Amino acid sequence: MEIQVLFFGITADLVGKNSIILLVEKKTTIKQLKYDLTKEYSSLKNINDFAIAVNEDYAEDNLMLKKGDIVAIIPPVSGG
Amino acid sequence: MKKTSVLLTSNKLNIQDCYDFVQDASCGGIAVFIGAVRNSTENKTVTLLDFSSYEPMALKEIQKIADTALEKFSITKIAIHHAVGELKIGDIPVIIAVSSAHRKAAFEACEYAIDTLKKTVPIWKKEHFENGEVWVNSHP
Repeated sequence: MEIQVLFFGITADLVGKNSIILLVEKKTTIKQLKYDLTKEYSSLKNINDFAIAVNEDYAEDNLMLKKGDIVAIIPPVSGG
Repeated sequence: MKKTSVLLTSNKLNIQDCYDFVQDASCGGIAVFIGAVRNSTENKTVTLLDFSSYEPMALKEIQKIADTALEKFSITKIAIHHAVGELKIGDIPVIIAVSSAHRKAAFEACEYAIDTLKKTVPIWKKEHFENGEVWVNSHP
């Protein structure tokens, strides 16, 4: 199934893209997705840990993705 | 009566707007925190900061902070405004204004709001120096 992945901050620079469409297995968890993404884009290992948001809310590692989800890669935030 | 004002904008932030929003006849105190772009970090001269955000989520997270502050503290109104885009030294990236009947709650809510914003809201700043640039907080 297809999901959209958005990259922000340093991760957009490291990956060289702001957005990709990714094919994942049904019932892929956030934990698995993080593993797959760092495997595909090894440059993501160069930063502090990153969080994941699904449809604009922070997601826990055990959440399962659904078709059409919008996933955002959230590197350490630095607003304020 | 609207009790929260949240804003994410590429325009210049307006201190008066935040004050006017929270000001209320029932309030004996208003606490205002204003962030400012500092001219150096770790002895390196900063030339400008470039703020970017995941806008829809950032607005939701800022709204959550405002709503939680209203539940957690005895305050009347809260405004949280944040700027994005390129900011120069002395410019204002964030304003938090809180009104309450008594000052303690306003101070506490103001501190809670800025501390939480810095941890949860998807906004990122890139520091530009005379000879390079770096994403803040991103490297181990």
